[in-house]
Amino acid sequence: MSSKNERLRDEILKRSGVNPKKCMRCGKCSATCPAYDEMEYHPHQFVSMVENGDIEPLINSKGIYRCLSCFACVDRCPRGVEPAKLVEAVRLEVIRKQGANHLTADGVEAFLDGEIPQQAIVSALRKYSK
Amino acid sequence: MLRKRTKMMKVSYFPGCTLKNKAVQLDIYARKCAEALGVSLEEIENWQCCGGVFSTAKDEIATKLSSVRALKEAKEKNRPLVTVCSACHNVIKQTNHAMSTDAEFAGKVNRYMAEDTDYAGETEVMHYLEMLRDLVGFDKIKEKVVKPLTGKKIAAYYGCLLLRPNSVMKMDNPENPRIIEDLIRALGAEPVMYANRNECCGGYVIMESPSLAEKKSQAVVENAKSAGAEIITTACPLCRYNLLKNGADIPVIYFTELLAQALGLKEDTDEQ
Repeated sequence: MSSKNERLRDEILKRSGVNPKKCMRCGKCSATCPAYDEMEYHPHQFVSMVENGDIEPLINSKGIYRCLSCFACVDRCPRGVEPAKLVEAVRLEVIRKQGANHLTADGVEAFLDGEIPQQAIVSALRKYSK
Repeated sequence: MLRKRTKMMKVSYFPGCTLKNKAVQLDIYARKCAEALGVSLEEIENWQCCGGVFSTAKDEIATKLSSVRALKEAKEKNRPLVTVCSACHNVIKQTNHAMSTDAEFAGKVNRYMAEDTDYAGETEVMHYLEMLRDLVGFDKIKEKVVKPLTGKKIAAYYGCLLLRPNSVMKMDNPENPRIIEDLIRALGAEPVMYANRNECCGGYVIMESPSLAEKKSQAVVENAKSAGAEIITTACPLCRYNLLKNGADIPVIYFTELLAQALGLKEDTDEQ
């Protein structure tokens, strides 16, 4: 593992508090993930890729914006690995960089149909921008 | 001189931004019903938006301060902090848990806020449903029902935020909850059981992938209807929006509206 990948992995693990070594590769997180079809790397792959420092593909994946933060993988993991926390940590790695917001306030306008609750807008902005 | 007939129980109340705007029915009937059930909801002063989602990242500090401020105010008044919106509840409860279990995080928050007193997660965070179950009691609610919702088949839709992560939320069994079904029974209606009641509606991802939210929401509605539901009830404004936006053809209403109907505080119009 290159030193850059090692640094990135350590940062993600520290930010998330996740220990990927607990994972036994049962795949239950991916089986229960409601966004499974929308992810290039499924939750169980996400865990092993972070463990191996293979983080660049995750940073460039659309899956980090498709995670619903529903905590199904967190609650249903028999080993308490909590994959959603890794997705959150990797997404922050991206959107914390200057100019890397995935959604801007201007981009919200298209969704204003007169009914959309404030909750949707503030949640999306929290998840997709800094 | 006026005398109080019964002693009102006082709790602190965090309504949140959506309840002041698109989800006023959730707020208005929460207040009316609490009053009728002997609980006074005292709104937190100068509360700020919870942000809608809790970041599990340990180095996210600023986004959690609004929750900590509300929690601190409830602590100073020595009251539980009651929430109604599923999202506010999830964010505030998870923040409170982090403040009481993660000393490094709590230390950063307290140093950032630099106030006279520190906060360490002392406040009890209680969802309105838990208030009904644990402070008021479903038996007492049953006694107060004047217009029972007899014959109505109602599907409780929990979604994600009320129940997960269960290690923090601790409201109910996350895979087989009953708190809303018990309320439905207390109101004289018949709860409908279905598999998708604790699955995600698509949440905020409707703004990133509308087709994903459509698939998830339609699965919930179809599943509830196939089990015989005539009405779906929820505590979450975004769940309600997603289900209706994606073609729900039965009413999706807040649980506080059902409660208000049964207590005689709201006309039953079956309105959406």
